[in-house]
Amino acid sequence: MEFSEHIKTANVEDVVLKLPFQPPMRGTLCVTGHHLLFSDRAEEREWQLLLLLRNIDAVEKSVENLLGYPQHPKAGQSQRTTGSSGTIIIKCKDLRILQLDIPGMEECLNIASSIEALSSLESITEMYPFFHRPRELSLNDPWGLSSPEQDYVQTERLWDRWRLSKVNSDFSVCPSYPGAMIVPRTVDDDALVKAARFRQGGRFPVLCYCHHRNSMVIMRCSQPMTGANRKRCREDELLLQAVIDESELGYVIDTRSAQQAQQARMTGGGFESKSFYRPWRRIHRHMERGKVLQESLIKLVEACGDPSHNMDRWLSKLENSKWLSHVHSALSTAGLVAECVERDGHSVLVHGSDGTDTTLLVTSLAQVILDPASRTFRGFLQLLEREWVQAGHPFQQRCARSAHSHARLRQECPSFVLLLDCMWQIWRQFPLALEFSEALLLRLAQEAYASDYGTFLCNNEQERCTLGVKENTHCLFQFLLRCSEREKYINPLYEPTELAIWPSVQPQSLQLWTGLFLRWTEHAETMAEAREEIWTIIKEHRERTGAEETTHTPPTHRDTFTAVENLMDELTIL
Amino acid sequence: MEHIRTPKVENVRLIDRLTPRKSVVGTLYLSSTHTIFVENSDARRETWVLHSLVGSIERPPTTPSGSPLVIRCKNFQVYQLLLPQEKDCVDIQASLIRLSRPDRYGELFCFSFQPNVDKEEREKAWGFLDLHAEFSRMGIPSNLWHITPANHEYRVCDTYPSELFVPKSASPAVIVGSAKFRSRGRLPVLSYFHRDTSAAVCRSSQPLSGFSARSLEDEQMLQAIMKSNPASEYMYVVDTRPKLNAMANRAAGKGYENEDHYTNIKLHFIGIENIHVMRNSQQKITDVGDMRSPSMGDFLWGLENSGWLKHIKAVLDAGVFIVKAVAEEGVSVLVHCSDGWDRTAQACSVASVLLDPFYRTIRGLMVLIEKDWVSFGHKFSHRYSHLEGDPKEVSPVIDQFLECVWQLMEQFPCAFEFNERFLLQLHTHIHSCQYGNFIGNSQKERRDLRINERTHSVWPHLWENRAEYINPLYRADHSQSKGILRPVTTPYCFKMCSIWMRPRLEARNYI
Repeated sequence: MEFSEHIKTANVEDVVLKLPFQPPMRGTLCVTGHHLLFSDRAEEREWQLLLLLRNIDAVEKSVENLLGYPQHPKAGQSQRTTGSSGTIIIKCKDLRILQLDIPGMEECLNIASSIEALSSLESITEMYPFFHRPRELSLNDPWGLSSPEQDYVQTERLWDRWRLSKVNSDFSVCPSYPGAMIVPRTVDDDALVKAARFRQGGRFPVLCYCHHRNSMVIMRCSQPMTGANRKRCREDELLLQAVIDESELGYVIDTRSAQQAQQARMTGGGFESKSFYRPWRRIHRHMERGKVLQESLIKLVEACGDPSHNMDRWLSKLENSKWLSHVHSALSTAGLVAECVERDGHSVLVHGSDGTDTTLLVTSLAQVILDPASRTFRGFLQLLEREWVQAGHPFQQRCARSAHSHARLRQECPSFVLLLDCMWQIWRQFPLALEFSEALLLRLAQEAYASDYGTFLCNNEQERCTLGVKENTHCLFQFLLRCSEREKYINPLYEPTELAIWPSVQPQSLQLWTGLFLRWTEHAETMAEAREEIWTIIKEHRERTGAEETTHTPPTHRDTFTAVENLMDELTIL
Repeated sequence: MEHIRTPKVENVRLIDRLTPRKSVVGTLYLSSTHTIFVENSDARRETWVLHSLVGSIERPPTTPSGSPLVIRCKNFQVYQLLLPQEKDCVDIQASLIRLSRPDRYGELFCFSFQPNVDKEEREKAWGFLDLHAEFSRMGIPSNLWHITPANHEYRVCDTYPSELFVPKSASPAVIVGSAKFRSRGRLPVLSYFHRDTSAAVCRSSQPLSGFSARSLEDEQMLQAIMKSNPASEYMYVVDTRPKLNAMANRAAGKGYENEDHYTNIKLHFIGIENIHVMRNSQQKITDVGDMRSPSMGDFLWGLENSGWLKHIKAVLDAGVFIVKAVAEEGVSVLVHCSDGWDRTAQACSVASVLLDPFYRTIRGLMVLIEKDWVSFGHKFSHRYSHLEGDPKEVSPVIDQFLECVWQLMEQFPCAFEFNERFLLQLHTHIHSCQYGNFIGNSQKERRDLRINERTHSVWPHLWENRAEYINPLYRADHSQSKGILRPVTTPYCFKMCSIWMRPRLEARNYI
């Protein structure tokens, strides 16, 4: 298929672009296969807007045909003979809203229909990552940061009791799992195959984290297919048995309510019963998923989009969206898992129903709480790669549409945005503990929905292999780790700690992620200034301490010391 | 001392509300000024609670493990104690109720508080802030404004300071006449002068207009204020009350300015609720903070239901309106409410913080509180129940001002020289009665109490410790620190929390 089929009007002159809190700009609009390009050459400074069409969530158009009417008295500046014009409002997946005033009704309609068609292309290989070829990157560059094989080889404490299984190398055992996984040493591949048949979508229990302090583990899987007549599977039971010693206890954290888990039996699903999984205690923690979560996001974005609400209305809309409740339950469930592992010294198995959304949310947040390695820049990206990309979070389905779309909901769900929001809450509460800043979280929130890179394409590794994603696109994570990019996302206050970081889940400790949800409002500017100021102080401090080490004259530098100490204090009590 | 029935109780448990296993056992002492808890552990850690900070003392029913006692402080700290004997518990409660609510000024802590400061230093300390200097810092042109001797010995208005800035063109007769036409004699006087536009922020109480009364002198007074800003042709009268309340006041012979009688004024109502509404609102938001592990929904519902943020927004909006008038239109403003010592103080001081970078510094905020609140007769002792008195007089008026500043700090992280701790410390001192600054309800009362001779001033004390209160992100030459602050008061720009919830911010609770 040719993109040009969809482009009836490629260029329009004299278009007015209105961005929030900026004066309108006049320039040329251009539609290409993947981008919307607006350039304003009227002023001395050349200003361009390059918008990925994939980023567009909704297009609203209205046209006005003034033909046959007397000249409009106020149409002073641009008097077009046709007298018709149109307006397109573009709502992006990154929550930005822009407006284009286009002279000429036909042009307007053409542009709108091009955007509609090209922004919702279904075929993955036609998407922009397959065409993105920046000069400084080569397709031969390494793709991805690590693999299960490398993880296993590098983690010596696993070797004793765990092994690497390649039973899924052709994705036949579990289509949504990667080719290799870490499983208990005593369980052979045949048993894994049988256990996989007993788990929804073949997602049998695999290792995702082994705690450095006590070698307790976090595992994840999907629900067992016990069904109405309480089927059981010896291999699945033995697999879990093999994880813990006889005398020990393990916890199954089920991300559904007990009632939901019971109901799941009617449709073939279920839960681990006490009698067959003796050493495992089951705890149910209800977390919302799927459509409910998507609708929550839609409500929240809608509330944030209307500045005319009074205080009561705003607070009730905010409450009504339930978004912060979801943040709350995700963080507290992750906290519970981490508490089991670190405090009580037990291993944990996490699952919901599919094991591809809430499960990953909980396991990855628990790792951030427990594991200092996953709080580094590289470590966090590795965590995302392992726990989300490779673990088969269906990005393609979940991020097809965002909060503005009018399209009927299919499989959309902002699980990943919720993870990033929880990360932001952790960053706010522990401003020194993460090596990366809010800017990285914002970037990832954007990239998951529309990207130049292939990282978030497809739903799982199998699809990525079939379509040759790794051969034909660039890797976002590798790109972000390049020096020039990395600098933008570093947290200047980072001070690594070996300790677990326990986030407060008191409602008054959780705040709206203004950086994301109010990103395009006037609020954002002063915050950016504050971040800049933090950088300045840190840089000055570093320069002075650097100078001090050579000259040994501390007294004069006390000022910056107190400033930095205060800064630390200040931010920890935020 | 006669109020202390039991000076010492042993084996008392101080309960950690969040993590009960962190509770400690120790001895409880009652002195004439403090409740002191000394841990039995080797560290012998001490917890001191000033009696004057105690807001309420509850005694929940006795349990098998002992008799509980809950001490709630005015700075929102809560202490939970468990005493072995019910009798001791009853005694301690009775003593504390008496000690925390003295019925005369002489019993307040500030009169017995003796820091190691000699007489000369004490006198100097009381001169630490100089309001005279502050008015000259504003750059008031002496041909337009001057200090009137009219209120010498508080003859015209006993709740105002003795020195008042009024338009030079206002004759003594106009001043006295205007005072007569204003509730409690609180005539229109200058609060802040904006040098860039020559517009002034003035304050007063409501006029005694009723349905038809008028006063030529008061009309001339407003005229004089308007004329003191040569460039402008009109002025605003900002009535910070809801219009309905203002109208209801007319039945009592008070009310608001009749636009037909006053030439060239524009009347504007803001709608800040009265002290009773605010008191209830704060009670509700305190209850929200008290909830044991509330869900997110409960919390947000409680926040909305309390109306607290709505009221904070109303106060900020009042400030924003005044700033627009003064800085953008270049027009003078007269602000009043009913008596002109609560909402008027809030609106004027918020506007000053927005208009003048000086008030965003540590010294500046002190000066502002000294000027708009202390000297202009904000009724500190009534509002913050320093003495046993009418509970209907109590209201978190200055709490709301401080919270407005806090919300602004959240919105402009680089604009303020001080940090949140400074606001909390100010709040504690306003309630604690350790220093004399906030004792009484007016300058006259403080003079009659000889506060300057008998107590100490808090300002130099705060100033000496200013290193603790510095906001590291503040730079005097930063764009946020300079010029006028223009906050966004869209509801979503407010922190969904109150600064008064912060002292109790609790640790995690995942189960």
